[in-house]
Amino acid sequence: MLDFTILSENMDMFMEGFKTTLFVSFLALISSFVLGTILAIFRIAPIKPLNWIGGIYVEFIRNIPILIILFFIFTGLPVLGIRLSGFTAGTIALTVYTAAFIAEAIRAGIMAVPKGQTEAARSSGLNYVQTMWYVILPQAIKIVIPPLGNQFINLVKNSSILTIVAAGELMYQGDLISSRTFVTFDVYIFVAIFYLIITIPLSLGVNYLEKHLAKSN
Amino acid sequence: MDFIGAYSPDHLVFLLKGFWVTIKIAAVSIFFSFIIGGLVGTLRYAKVPVLSQVLAVLVELVRNLPLLLIIFFVYFALPEIGIKFSITWSAIIALTVFESAMVSEIIRSGLNSVHKGQIEAGRSSGLSYVQTLWHIVLPQGIRRMVPPIVSQFISLLKDTSLAVVIALPELMHHAQVINAQNINYIVPIFLFVSVMYFVVNYALSLVARRLELKVQ
Repeated sequence: MLDFTILSENMDMFMEGFKTTLFVSFLALISSFVLGTILAIFRIAPIKPLNWIGGIYVEFIRNIPILIILFFIFTGLPVLGIRLSGFTAGTIALTVYTAAFIAEAIRAGIMAVPKGQTEAARSSGLNYVQTMWYVILPQAIKIVIPPLGNQFINLVKNSSILTIVAAGELMYQGDLISSRTFVTFDVYIFVAIFYLIITIPLSLGVNYLEKHLAKSN
Repeated sequence: MDFIGAYSPDHLVFLLKGFWVTIKIAAVSIFFSFIIGGLVGTLRYAKVPVLSQVLAVLVELVRNLPLLLIIFFVYFALPEIGIKFSITWSAIIALTVFESAMVSEIIRSGLNSVHKGQIEAGRSSGLSYVQTLWHIVLPQGIRRMVPPIVSQFISLLKDTSLAVVIALPELMHHAQVINAQNINYIVPIFLFVSVMYFVVNYALSLVARRLELKVQ
């Protein structure tokens, strides 16, 4: 049976980790949404060099482990004179990595809007930016929301690697508690439950949205 | 930064050896995940009462947990209740548990993509349910399953790097060993290791894309 005294005695540390995990995930979600949107625009804009930059970024980052990005920022950048805390390095690593996936999701959403819509908007006198803003994006956002939700779930899960740079999130607090109490099994189960408290409602929400939005089309 | 020192032949051979371990561990894990995930996905597709609900809950739980936690759990927590595995097997088991959940979803949606009329036709021509699954549904579903399975293998190759936390001697671990000798090696080595991952994974993603086009 699980030892709940471990949970109650260390509740402040669990909560501290829980809050940090939520905070870092939100922070990285917002920044990777901004970066991802810019990259998606780079990839579809009618300017070739921008297409290449966007394409290279997305393909390269998607195909390497997030851990190497984190190590590069945390241990590689100090060699070049840039020293960051574990929390900052971790947030940047999550952002750099997730932005590539978000860019793809946004691009796929925009591409899914039929070409005729662009042509109709352009021929009714809207310019490229107006067409994007008033016609394409409102339709694309419906397609993009469920994959964005999935990326947020991945962010929460991926934030666990921040324990390696001692960023104070849930996994790290779990490691700390288990090394202090010499109890591993129960502590990890409680850590798992805290993660599920965040990810399960998110995944149910994404499922609901997928079904709901599919119906509205 | 010391590119020449970092890229000495000894180091490159050491990194390749690490990558070989990464590929081996990922291959063994995807093999087991395919068997377990195939079984779980099929049982859920067939809607076996009770069992399919239990499996649905398990799949959701595993899919929503960080892989790192599962690796820590297998290597550090299980010995506490008397179950102890070597580093290699801990990595394989953790990766297999996580990937099986992912693969089972791929298998299930692949099977679901086969038109229900096919099952009715199979059953009414006298095949049993299992025969219908095996001879009619699976061959049609498998074509849709292959591209996402290849993508999953890419994720697995990337995820294997997490086993660095239990000192599995894979690519990331070998990179860390070299980096520990001289801080001027860190940037060159990480650049090189990134390119190694990129080349293999990008090639695989092109394969997945080509297969996807074929299916459509």
